[in-house]
Amino acid sequence: MDQATLRFAIQLAIIGFTFFMLINASALLVLAERKIMGFMQQRYGPYLVGPHGLLQPLADILKLLFKEELRPKDADRWLFTLAPIISVTAAFAAFAAVPWGAETTFFGLLDTPVKLGVADVNVAVLVVFAITSMGVYGIVLAGWSSNSKYSLLGGLRSSAQMISYELAYATTLASVIMLAGSLSLREVVDAQSGYWLGFIPRWYLFLQPVGFIIYVIAGVAETNRAPFDFPEAEQELVAGYNTEYSSVRFALFPQAEYINMTTMSAVATDLYLGGWHGPLLERFGLGWVWFLIKVGIILFTYIWVRWTVPRYRYDQLMQFGWKWLFPAAVINLIVTAAFVLYFNV
Amino acid sequence: MSETILFYLLAGVAVVASALVIGQRNPMYSIMLLIASFGALSGLYIQLDAPFVAMAQVIVYAGAIMVLFLFVVMLLNAPQEDGAEWDRAHPLRRPGIGRFGALLAGLLIVQLVWALTRVNDVGGAIGARGDAAAISSVRAVGRVLFTDYVFAFEATSILILVAMVGAVLLAAREGSR
Repeated sequence: MDQATLRFAIQLAIIGFTFFMLINASALLVLAERKIMGFMQQRYGPYLVGPHGLLQPLADILKLLFKEELRPKDADRWLFTLAPIISVTAAFAAFAAVPWGAETTFFGLLDTPVKLGVADVNVAVLVVFAITSMGVYGIVLAGWSSNSKYSLLGGLRSSAQMISYELAYATTLASVIMLAGSLSLREVVDAQSGYWLGFIPRWYLFLQPVGFIIYVIAGVAETNRAPFDFPEAEQELVAGYNTEYSSVRFALFPQAEYINMTTMSAVATDLYLGGWHGPLLERFGLGWVWFLIKVGIILFTYIWVRWTVPRYRYDQLMQFGWKWLFPAAVINLIVTAAFVLYFNV
Repeated sequence: MSETILFYLLAGVAVVASALVIGQRNPMYSIMLLIASFGALSGLYIQLDAPFVAMAQVIVYAGAIMVLFLFVVMLLNAPQEDGAEWDRAHPLRRPGIGRFGALLAGLLIVQLVWALTRVNDVGGAIGARGDAAAISSVRAVGRVLFTDYVFAFEATSILILVAMVGAVLLAAREGSR
């Protein structure tokens, strides 16, 4: 095989691998969520399918696949079908711009190194932001097309919530972009290599602690996770926007949610936690293991928060988003801009 | 070759979706088609080597503005336009208004034809500059925005601010009394 073909094959393999990992991430997160929830509530969680309940996600998927698909009589036929597809497509597509490993030649197999990640885009931050903001249509359309008041309320809440928190989210992204001087996630990660004083990693987490906190909070709200899970607040809205869904169409919504969580965590790792940079492993070309570890830690925090913090009230959510989070993000942006100008970083 | 095919595909989607937007009775479908049209447009921007403009198009138009449209349509519970509303007595059906509309449409066609006949000149002018990278870079866009076009930029922002204050005022007045 000549180099060009080999390169093409390897790039295809990387794309396939990323897709495979994302699907598995959503399945694993379902299990992790139930296991951690069980641990926090002093019980076992799923335990019967496979050793320690490890095959539970498989059982869940099979069960959902074989359920009957229902569509309410007065639901809008086209949009009802389209909504879950939009949700899950946007979730997968957003990850395409996220790099997850350094350049590698696969132990000398290729003569020019290939970049680990689906696509290397020079405006990657914007691509991820743009595509994740498309995901809201899935939820809003699901809510509207079901022709049910609970679904409609869930959809309305989600659109209002996402608009409110997107502002703070985008503003914190801008601070990091200013520090790195680039919109490419790969360049942002590479700007974070090395150490201060020989032992503190040059992560933007230490330059942007406020920004990181705002990013995580806005990320939780954007992915509709507790304590901001108003679109599906089960005590008030049955199940929110997905009340009328069943079978595979229903399964796509939680899948999209878990993939969105993974994307949020991966972007946070790239922006604030130095991506694949870390001691030791990087030397053997295994930097992506660090990436996986960091993403895993953030995902664990997501689940941890869900089972620790109770849900806010809806007006509290809006108050918090507009009166606290967004101003904090703007101040953070101004301070960062002054810092960058003054120290000429 | 593949770029040409992609161009016609995207252009086709943009044109067909835009045409279908005005043909829908259900405003929800109109919004979805408009989003499809914006998406195809942003694909065209990427083909023009302007990824920043493409992403701004998706974030601002397809993302933010259309979500607000959707929000409003949902709050008004998407009234279906029914035919009965459009009888002879409807004010928009008066002949004078119809003639005015026809005049506007004719003007638009003349404009379009005029623009299309000049396409070759314009294409030459941009091609002559030949630095697509400079046009597309975020840095260049930002610099031009805050130097050459700073007045227009700031004036627009004040205009939007005025509209926002007006909206808040209207909403607050209704709420407080």
